[in-house]
Amino acid sequence: MASVPVARRRRFEDFSWVDFIINALRFIIIALVIIGSANTLLSGRFTFEQWVSLFVAGLAQGSIYALIALGYTLVYGILLMINFAHGEVFMSGALTTVFLAHAFDRSGFLNSQPLLAIIILIIFAGLVSMSVALLLERLAYRPLRSAPRLVPLITAIGASFFLQYTFRGFFGSQFRSYPAVDALKGSLEIGTINIPIVQPVVFIAALVLMGGLYWLVERTKLGKAMRAVSEDKEVSRLMGIDIDQIIMFTFAIGGMLAGAAGVINGLFRPQGVNFFMGFVPGIKAFTAAVLGGIGNIRGAMLGGLFLGVIEAVGPNLIFNGLGIPGSNQLKDVIAFTMLVLVLIFRPQGLLGERLTEKKA
Amino acid sequence: MALLEVENIHAYYGNIHALKGLTFHVEQGEIVTLIGSNGAGKTTTLRTITSLMHPRDGKITFEGNDITYTPANKLPSQGVAMVPEGRGIFSKLTVEENLELGAYYRNDPDGIRQDMSNSFDLFPRLKERRTQVAGTLSGGEQQMLAIARALMAKPRLLLLDEPSMGLAPVLVDTVFDTIERINTEGMTVLLVEQNALLALEIADRGYVLQTGEIVLADDAATLKKNPEVQKKYLGVD
Repeated sequence: MASVPVARRRRFEDFSWVDFIINALRFIIIALVIIGSANTLLSGRFTFEQWVSLFVAGLAQGSIYALIALGYTLVYGILLMINFAHGEVFMSGALTTVFLAHAFDRSGFLNSQPLLAIIILIIFAGLVSMSVALLLERLAYRPLRSAPRLVPLITAIGASFFLQYTFRGFFGSQFRSYPAVDALKGSLEIGTINIPIVQPVVFIAALVLMGGLYWLVERTKLGKAMRAVSEDKEVSRLMGIDIDQIIMFTFAIGGMLAGAAGVINGLFRPQGVNFFMGFVPGIKAFTAAVLGGIGNIRGAMLGGLFLGVIEAVGPNLIFNGLGIPGSNQLKDVIAFTMLVLVLIFRPQGLLGERLTEKKA
Repeated sequence: MALLEVENIHAYYGNIHALKGLTFHVEQGEIVTLIGSNGAGKTTTLRTITSLMHPRDGKITFEGNDITYTPANKLPSQGVAMVPEGRGIFSKLTVEENLELGAYYRNDPDGIRQDMSNSFDLFPRLKERRTQVAGTLSGGEQQMLAIARALMAKPRLLLLDEPSMGLAPVLVDTVFDTIERINTEGMTVLLVEQNALLALEIADRGYVLQTGEIVLADDAATLKKNPEVQKKYLGVD
């Protein structure tokens, strides 16, 4: 047909340097990852056991990211807004609960009834974080519901600082740490592989919470209403759904998961609890949410686990093989490089749909 | 007293005066249609009745209660349900979940189950696809789903916004047959439609809307014979 050569010529004229550079970048990154990984694996610097324990540690860390990432993704699904103060919601639960955890430790309750004590701590932290998330929604975001989308985003950043320094005002800026739980001190021996018992515990606890969320969203009336609102607010109202109520529920659930993640995180890495502790996990969880496809619940879970594993395995696997020194300290580089790469090459994330399909 | 009374409503989009003092009513058991060309204010009228937007002036009463400012999400429990323009089904939810959401305000699981099986009797196609995601349905099936979903609220007044939009002629006939059947079973219907011929075919009375004003109001049969209406909306020379 006559139109084919025209189309072909058009394609040639459409050649863009931006596309060229992006494709070259894609190629270079893939090449670096392959070369680095091949080098490391061929050199035999790490044993199989070491890889497995890195992987398991990554899953544990990743499940914490996933719990926080769910808060980002739930809110985005409903409001198309990134709640950048969500890291502080996580911090508020983790920081407040440290005191309760020490009280339990001093009274001996933590070590005599570890399971019950941890569940109480998780619920307490969940309630604290939920209250913070609800206040945030009511005071900072709801008045801006009809404002241009940039406005609540900037407000979120402001709210984030507000929360950080409010909690610094309450509790000071010194680092605290969660008390050690005797029951979680040992490690599991599976053949020659040695895994600290706390890691599978963290992973399973997170899995239980995520299962609960999945049940809530898929099976309950409230979950159906949440999915309806995320698809079409106007029609949802015609069905009799109170949009404000659903938005509040969404913030509450995201907050509870973040608070629970705060305690679970405290079991996993007890140190470093202070007013600023939410920042890095918050950004990492945001990365995980984008990685999985923001607005997609399964995506956030998968993205969190994936990010945790790649952070744990990646530095040794890729950077070591490229001869980069101190590779273990470069896990943040991996996380944020991933964020940039996802935004360039697959903005919809692993499981998400194109962002352009969603409209404000 | 009419079931629905709309008195002198004025609605605006910014500075644009979209509804200029609309007054009409719908009696119990009727099919009333609002016809008119694009931009005449048909959809705006329905949006105002369902409080998706508020009029600046005027009053809307349903069964004698003032519902002018009743929030949209309170209307299903008061007896008003709408099939929105473009169907508005939740495409990522299953057929069954869509129907359940239609009954959102209700707390009688047995009644909801009964009504769901009734709507599957009315629309057997939906029964076959009950666990399917609604976005995979054809246009006609989606329209059936939208109507079935509105009926799940057990309304006493059903508002329909352009049910023929985007449907093949055969399907349009099916949809209109369905509307007629629902009406004979006792449902009062307010139908907004661009396809004036079909709308006047099944309606008892009709109003002709033009740039936010009612220019004609009469029995459907009389309107159909009106030369003005024939020329403008029925395509008869």
